[in-house]
Amino acid sequence: MRISQISVFLENRQGRLYDACSLLGEKGINIRALTIAETESFGVLRIVVDKTDDALELLRYNGFTANITEVVAVEVSDKPGGLAELLKLLSDNDINVEYMYGFVEKSTDKALLVFRFENTDAAQDVLVKNNIRIANNQDIQGL
Amino acid sequence: MIWNEEFECMPLDELKKVQSNYLEKLVDYVYANNEVYRARLDQVGIKPGSITDISQIVKLPFTTKMDMRDYYPYGLFSAKREDIREIHVSSGTTGNPTLVGYTKEDIQLWSTVMARTLCCAGAEPGDIIQIAYGYGLFTGGLGFHYGALEAGLTILPMSSGQTKRQLKIMQDFKPRILGCTPSYALYMADEARELGIDPRDSSWEIGIFGAEPWSDSMRNEIEDTWDIMATDVYGLSEIIGPGVSQECTYKDGLHIFSDVFYPEIIDPDTGEQVAEGEDGELVITTLTKQGIPLLRYRTRDIVSMTNEKCRCGRTSPRVSKIKGRTDDMIVVRGINVFPSQIEHVLLGIEGTCPHYQIVIDRAAHKLDQVEIMVEVDQQLFSDEIKKLNEMSARIKKEIEGVLSIGVKVKLVEPKTIERSMGKSQRVIDKRNL
Repeated sequence: MRISQISVFLENRQGRLYDACSLLGEKGINIRALTIAETESFGVLRIVVDKTDDALELLRYNGFTANITEVVAVEVSDKPGGLAELLKLLSDNDINVEYMYGFVEKSTDKALLVFRFENTDAAQDVLVKNNIRIANNQDIQGL
Repeated sequence: MIWNEEFECMPLDELKKVQSNYLEKLVDYVYANNEVYRARLDQVGIKPGSITDISQIVKLPFTTKMDMRDYYPYGLFSAKREDIREIHVSSGTTGNPTLVGYTKEDIQLWSTVMARTLCCAGAEPGDIIQIAYGYGLFTGGLGFHYGALEAGLTILPMSSGQTKRQLKIMQDFKPRILGCTPSYALYMADEARELGIDPRDSSWEIGIFGAEPWSDSMRNEIEDTWDIMATDVYGLSEIIGPGVSQECTYKDGLHIFSDVFYPEIIDPDTGEQVAEGEDGELVITTLTKQGIPLLRYRTRDIVSMTNEKCRCGRTSPRVSKIKGRTDDMIVVRGINVFPSQIEHVLLGIEGTCPHYQIVIDRAAHKLDQVEIMVEVDQQLFSDEIKKLNEMSARIKKEIEGVLSIGVKVKLVEPKTIERSMGKSQRVIDKRNL
């Protein structure tokens, strides 16, 4: 029920984000969701793509430090307060969110959000128990 | 003034007699009192009494920094531990630090050579000296202190740091002499300007700067900034600390006190002495030390030397400023740094690979900055910024613990550190030395 995110280490140098993205584009890999976390000297690019294994190999082959991170893609009602509702549920169950970001595309009237939890197992239990729909790798590839 | 005219201005043939006499006694002394040296002298067939002339020094074995570490702590001592009155320790590389011990007579020797040093720079008895070298295990502060006591100066024992206080004390007591690292002298000038003090109005007339390499252009900058005469002092703890050699007011090479510290310049590869004036590694024999006398200690500093009598009247040979090193040691803010120390730390932290680069810069505020670039490989990498920052902080803390100076750590992408000939270039020194 989890999906694979690729995390890429990027130095804060001009063109590094471009380098990574153009590499994927050239090989026909589509980025479904993306976020960048940055510090003064470096950043971490986090992406969900359609062909994870190919993308990882490609990035590493071209000298990037890249890892797979297990994240959870959660469907949230695309209406005011939809996210807050979900966050309240997580908070009430003592689930910590490390970071989160949204998908580029939408499936129907739901928004799809990527969550990196401190404790993924516990988070997943809470979500499943509360009938929150979690997207799997096939769902993502089918987007 | 010349503190000890008899020895500092002695005609060279007479000086040779003094040196020969000391060397004979030294060989006998270490043979009788130190196992390591006895074995080494036996190996080359030298017995007490077989060395009678200073020219025979080439028959003696060298002593290296590695020996200092291998025989840590007391293996190279010739005096009994209980006769050692003071111990100084300099930061070590991956293994043991370098430890030196002084007997009461050694402290007296140190006082004397430092009195010579201060007077060589132009000090006169009665002058006030501000000692802004660190006091403690580092030899800088106490070496200057003993010399100033001996020479009859008034001492302001500041130690390093606390710049505002240094400036206040300078303004209140009007010392004529300043002793500190050259980079600290420039750093203090910036601080002075911020406090509205014109550095050119300072009371300092003479600066005795050392413990790190510095260039003539830096000398000009310091002299212009402070309206001061900036002189170079050289020393190393293995020999005695500061007080091995010092520039006189003509600033034309550092006078080495060769009646007690016998200098040779050798080809570092062959070990043979080079011709006068040629570049080579400075090798020093401590002719009269008792605690930890050293035979032909290889300083790894590349210099040249001249025996020509100086305009100041001293006959003691003059050694050039340090032109390079035979190893990869770098000196930052008076601390010796070996790239291997950093490698050792990185190897000890799980997830880091020993791909690193040390960038040293003397930034606008004039104190040397050390930045360590560490390559982030798959193992070290985390998708969480928090964890990467934690790793970076841990590397910083451990390196600072080993080096005893503050560093910046920057995580970089793999392969961004240039590899030359299959080996990465470990040190980039951007300082204009």
